[in-house]
Amino acid sequence: MLYITIEALVKIAVLIAGVMGAAAYLVLVERWMAAWVQDRLGPNRVGVPLTKIRLFGLGQPIADGGKLFFKAEYTPGHVDKIAYILAPLVVFVFALVAFAIVPFGSILPPAWLASWGIKEPIHFIVAPGVDAALIYFLVVGGVAVIGVVLGGWASNNKYSLFGSLRSAAQLLSYELPLGLALLGVALIGGSLRLDRLILAQAEAGVWNVFVQPLGFVVFCVAAFAEATRLPFDLPESEQELVGGYHTEYFGVKLMLFLVSEYLHMIAAAFLMVILFLGGWHFWGLTGSGEAVPWYLALLRLIVLVGKVGAVILFFMLVRWTWLRFRYDQLMGLGWKVMIPLGVINLLATAVWLEFGREAALRWGWPPALSMAVWGWLTFFVSAAVFLLWDPIAEDNRPLRGNSLSMNKLGC
Amino acid sequence: MKPDDAKIAWIKEPPLGWAGRSYLLLFAQGVTTTLRHFFSRKLTVQSPEERHEIPDPLIYRGVHRLNRDEQGRVKCVACFLCATTCPAHCIDILAAESPWPDREKYPQSFTIDLLRCIFCGMCEEACPVGAIELTSLYDLAGKSREEMVFNKQKLLSVFDRTKDAEPPPVVKQYTLSLSSNNM
Repeated sequence: MLYITIEALVKIAVLIAGVMGAAAYLVLVERWMAAWVQDRLGPNRVGVPLTKIRLFGLGQPIADGGKLFFKAEYTPGHVDKIAYILAPLVVFVFALVAFAIVPFGSILPPAWLASWGIKEPIHFIVAPGVDAALIYFLVVGGVAVIGVVLGGWASNNKYSLFGSLRSAAQLLSYELPLGLALLGVALIGGSLRLDRLILAQAEAGVWNVFVQPLGFVVFCVAAFAEATRLPFDLPESEQELVGGYHTEYFGVKLMLFLVSEYLHMIAAAFLMVILFLGGWHFWGLTGSGEAVPWYLALLRLIVLVGKVGAVILFFMLVRWTWLRFRYDQLMGLGWKVMIPLGVINLLATAVWLEFGREAALRWGWPPALSMAVWGWLTFFVSAAVFLLWDPIAEDNRPLRGNSLSMNKLGC
Repeated sequence: MKPDDAKIAWIKEPPLGWAGRSYLLLFAQGVTTTLRHFFSRKLTVQSPEERHEIPDPLIYRGVHRLNRDEQGRVKCVACFLCATTCPAHCIDILAAESPWPDREKYPQSFTIDLLRCIFCGMCEEACPVGAIELTSLYDLAGKSREEMVFNKQKLLSVFDRTKDAEPPPVVKQYTLSLSSNNM
């Protein structure tokens, strides 16, 4: 019992330190990306404090964090004090708690730790064996919305309120396609546990992105929206809402909000890698079974973290590539495109599981092949249908939908 | 104004084609652009170590200077054209009787408040004798407001610093004294 507690505490400490450090340095990476895309150099001056050593600007996050820490702690007079202080804590805690079920590697065998009296294999996951991991993730992601709404409302500022209302509508709308995309993967993998889902992909040798392209697209879009990254960053669009729901925040409380945004992005990247990009699996490199020697376990850790890093770099590149959606386009994309596509994906997967697999086996096709063919067929057919139908074009904005005046002027 | 007012001209958005509707082709285009800039040459000048390269120092509008003539005297004839034309009212001239025979007045004091100056260069354009000019010195900083108010001596020293790199213009010397004006 004591051993389990110590193991869990060590893992929690390592995970929090790693994730928080990653969030701090992702701010730097994001600034570098922004600069390079804009033909600039980015922060490259801050290095070791009190010396002239620059280290390519790697000291920047420490300086940024220190600055926020040493700001005067002050609560504006017009806010609801309890909610104002509670909101960043809620957002931050639930962003961090989501990592409890995220595996950051596979299983480390006890062999090389045996001299310390450790006989159990070490799972690279804080809470191993949570059977409802995906549901837990969705629930925790949903609670984060409460913190955002609370912060916007407590600030007693119209920009904050607009930001939080937008955030509430956006996050709740995109929870649905996110959940539908997750369900498709859970059906194939036959489990709601993330480590099992990785194992299923590794044993088949086929990542889910190849057999469920439609689910991947839906998940990708929903994950961007859930992380409120750029094409969907309406809750805090600086050009319209000053700072969105955290307009009235500063110092450590603002830092909690900003760090949680990066935590959401890291969590989304982890989930994307685990569910669709094969987790720790890489062909001919990491093996596919559950029990592996320690060097393969460490290699799997590196592969997983590397994939997550690549996905995060993609997130950041997209930020400088795509424009922000208008709000009705955002809602239209969510409700008219992504949710129907998610339902189609789920139905297609269920149909394949119920009928297609066995029919294909009778023809001598391996399950992975028939699933891939079926998945890409679904993808292209539904893409063609949605392109011809173009559901977003029929929006309900008053200016354009006013057919009376349109007809009068002969437009 | 109501939405069905006859004065409002309703314009329809141009419909998107299937490529635009799918977003994917436009996305590929956008990513190509960002990636090209990502790997392209960076334009940043690392300022204290590297100096910004000024293409033509003669037309750059930096710190002012007061030019000297061949004998080392200040060229200014205290005609107040620059002070009059200055939109920021930052030039302050105190004229006095000239000790030299070829002109009537000279500036006893000539101060420019560089904190008010907007570096528009209109003083340079207005000057009939080519006495005031804007140089290519751009890194201008001071530790107090007083330090940023440049007096005649300081403006002349700017000329001494920059005269080799930026030679003063050759301007026909007007004869401004009435006595030598044979009209």
